[in-house]
Amino acid sequence: MATYYSEEHEWIDVDGDTATLGITKHAAEQLGDVVFVEQQDVGEEFAKDGEIGVIESVKAASELYAPVDGEIIEINETLADNPGALNEDPEGEAWIYKIKIADAAQLEDLMDEAGYKAFIG
Amino acid sequence: MADALKRTPLYDLHVELGGKMVDFAGWDMPVQYPMGIMGEHKQCREKAALFDVSHMGQVILRGSDVGQKLETLCPQAYATLPEGKARYGFFTNAAGGIMDDLIVSNAGDHYFVVVNAALRHQDIPHMQANLDGVEVTEIFDRALIAIQGPAAEDVVAAHCPAARDLTFMETTVARIMGAECRISRLGYTGEDGYEISIPEDKAVEIARAFLAHEDCEPAGLGARDSLRLEAGLCLYGNDIDQGTSPIEAALGWAIQKRRKAEGGFPGAARIQKELAEGPARKLVGIKPTGRAPARQGVEIQDDQGNTIGQITSGGFGPTVGGPVAMGYVSADHSAQGESVNLIIRGKPQPAQIVALPFVTQNYKR
Repeated sequence: MATYYSEEHEWIDVDGDTATLGITKHAAEQLGDVVFVEQQDVGEEFAKDGEIGVIESVKAASELYAPVDGEIIEINETLADNPGALNEDPEGEAWIYKIKIADAAQLEDLMDEAGYKAFIG
Repeated sequence: MADALKRTPLYDLHVELGGKMVDFAGWDMPVQYPMGIMGEHKQCREKAALFDVSHMGQVILRGSDVGQKLETLCPQAYATLPEGKARYGFFTNAAGGIMDDLIVSNAGDHYFVVVNAALRHQDIPHMQANLDGVEVTEIFDRALIAIQGPAAEDVVAAHCPAARDLTFMETTVARIMGAECRISRLGYTGEDGYEISIPEDKAVEIARAFLAHEDCEPAGLGARDSLRLEAGLCLYGNDIDQGTSPIEAALGWAIQKRRKAEGGFPGAARIQKELAEGPARKLVGIKPTGRAPARQGVEIQDDQGNTIGQITSGGFGPTVGGPVAMGYVSADHSAQGESVNLIIRGKPQPAQIVALPFVTQNYKR
């Protein structure tokens, strides 16, 4: 398994041609208290950089962008009742989607952990 | 190049306390502290919170018959405002819209007026041009601090025993740690509390003393907004503006009986007509059924898909524990309990028209 990071502050934990996706701790801190997560349905296909959900904090609504092309194969349903989990454990329990990756070559455009740390300064 | 952001006397304290600073109406203000908006909101509802509202315009009016002259600009009964009392009001325009909302206090030998930060450049010339024989002076050397919440009385009285003797909308001058302050029992959170005008060189020292109380924490503009929204209080620029009349905005309670009957203020024709016949649209409370917040600009539809209005303020209400909103709907859809749809990101989400406020106001009457 390898973890990649996007400039939109998502992490994607890749295992073969599937992956788990969520937002980074840094993103969660910037958002503040999360109060609502709008997720798409299982089976939805998406293109890299396409909008795949919305995270609403007390302050504002922020879009979630796809880091690669793919398809949603599972959603974390616990977030509907407990959106605050995104502040508590965004890189663990509060994952957002499991996806099937359509084009693994796109992972090369993403950052590794060291790269992401440098990116957020 | 944009002008540098203005700083209040408490700026360095905000930074020291970890405040996240943002541009608000040209001022560098804390939107939140490390506690976060949710925590700061609850702190204010359950204990006490300190807000810096020094960016607002503080104005002194001196002259003869100031209250009476203010009645030519505002629909409030300021001529009969007793000494030591404060009253919420607004400037209206000739079309009956709201130019700004404000608090006017009768301080005995003068009147003390607080206006919105973004509108001081409109309001002060407006008063100077229209209040004949009244000296209109903006104060730049005083901070304005709000202490709000059920523990506010204890927090403030520890340094100013006179604070206990005030009831809601009363104002006085008292010494706090040696500084002469104007202390008024009011605020904009729906909670009991005070707004205190403090000489700028003592503001940090006094703020630190309040914050040293175990029940008092700093809160930013984010919590201030969610608190006033739950309390059903209008935000100028969102819920009220030059186009909305006070009657549409459900602010009829802020126009005293004599003024309603006699008129004699800008826009009286429209306002009196709406009082008699009812306005075409009304500001109402809106409670989304689901969890998605409905924010400013969201379209409101009836169950047939017809547009009936728009959300003017909306977000998450930490005390309510869910989304809350206010908006204008056509009068025939404004009854409490009416089911409506909110168009959030293109999809209709069910909601209901409800009474305002969303939380009980806890004023000390």
